Amino acid sequence: MLLEAPFTEEKIRALHVGDLVEITGVIFTGRDAVHKYLHDGGKPPVDLKDSIIYHCGPVVVKENGKWVVKAAGPTTSAREEPYQGPLMEQYGIRAVIGKGGMGPKTLQYCQKVGGVYLHAIGGAAQVLAERVVAVKGVHLAEKFGSPEAIWEFQVDRFPAVVTMDSHGQSLHAQVLAESTEKFKSLLG
Amino acid sequence: MDAKVLQKNLLELIRRTSAELPSDVVRAIEAGARKEAAGSNAKYAFDVIRENIGMAKVKSQPLCQDTGTIIVYAELPSWCDEKTFRKAYEKATAEATKVGYLRQNSVDAITGANSGDNLGPGSPSFHFHQASGKALTVRMMLKGGGCENVSTQYSLPDARLGAGRDLEGVRRCILDSALQAQGKGCGPGILGVCVGGDRGTGYIAAKETLFREMDDVNEDPRLAKLEKRILKEANSLGVGPMGFGGATTLMGVKITHRNRVPASFFVSVAYMCWAFRRNGFVLSEGGRITRWLYPS
Repeated sequence: MLLEAPFTEEKIRALHVGDLVEITGVIFTGRDAVHKYLHDGGKPPVDLKDSIIYHCGPVVVKENGKWVVKAAGPTTSAREEPYQGPLMEQYGIRAVIGKGGMGPKTLQYCQKVGGVYLHAIGGAAQVLAERVVAVKGVHLAEKFGSPEAIWEFQVDRFPAVVTMDSHGQSLHAQVLAESTEKFKSLLG
Repeated sequence: MDAKVLQKNLLELIRRTSAELPSDVVRAIEAGARKEAAGSNAKYAFDVIRENIGMAKVKSQPLCQDTGTIIVYAELPSWCDEKTFRKAYEKATAEATKVGYLRQNSVDAITGANSGDNLGPGSPSFHFHQASGKALTVRMMLKGGGCENVSTQYSLPDARLGAGRDLEGVRRCILDSALQAQGKGCGPGILGVCVGGDRGTGYIAAKETLFREMDDVNEDPRLAKLEKRILKEANSLGVGPMGFGGATTLMGVKITHRNRVPASFFVSVAYMCWAFRRNGFVLSEGGRITRWLYPS
């Protein structure tokens, strides 16, 4: 299904685990350095109300004075677990795109604030870069370096799977529970 | 050989490694994809992965944006000393970064500053050996941070796993590593494992064993049997690609061993993601590549 800007609470609450979405609008990259910076009280250089944060450190090069995205897949989200939920609440971030899923704290905040976790396919840097149609800006690049900067990407039908929703469901929690049971039986 | 010719060949090696997945890995991915149910999230993950492999090759762009730690093994003949090789490789790396074959991926661990050209203390990570013949053999691997972060080391005995100092204990550790990595390491993964060694040599040997071909059989029948068993058992866990649930959790297990001291018994696991980027070539003194080691 299509998920188009503006990313309102109503649209996000309508999503459920297992849904395949295609996102159109502006999304912001933000990973380890950005999350720590915001958590430590740093001022966001962009308006994060009803925004989508993408856990991604892209390869972007300047060609003929223009930014060109060479690769842009997701990075592992679990590292942002301590920060994500509170930042979603504080700034009105509606959705997080990443890979590997997040933990119970983020899931709780998704329920509380009307948020969702969208799983992009890890390693699929070309398929995903293809859906970035324009680079609208870059922030904090001097401070954190290119992969850790906030890149403003205009995306068109960017694909992801809902793996944590605002109704308390998490595909990651489910797979972990089932595989752990199986693991115990293998160990005997 | 002219240093510029060496540099040009190394740049091509870096480009191929970043953009083209070797055919043995592609075959394993295709085999995994066939096992997943139509319409499942796992099948979807494989579809995107397969599309991505083709696109990266055609566009000559990084398969994955995390172009990883650059790990280099060079067997140097008498005509190429370490300093010459290092300099040529570093120049090729800076050039590869500039044109976007590699991400700016080298960060000062103390200040957090990105060097911008992938150069700095320990990056690239070089391993030099003396060649027995006249050819220069280079192997390289790009190992992303997601899969490196889920690599792990066990010290036996391990009470949590009920793992003692024997092959059964080793099996328990390796299965646990596959369980713990779920989702986070960009599965389906490939495990390089070293039994024994010290903490440093164990991890190095675990990574080196990833240079084996995906579909080869371990020369040691005890380890061949263990590899086969663990692969089957790990895939019965149901973790699946990306941790979405599914039939393919791992695509390969490669086990090696090093002698240990009586007091230590380490099991080191190097987890490699599906974007298993490794390549290499054999270069003649005349500057001609006579063989690619892992053709795409």
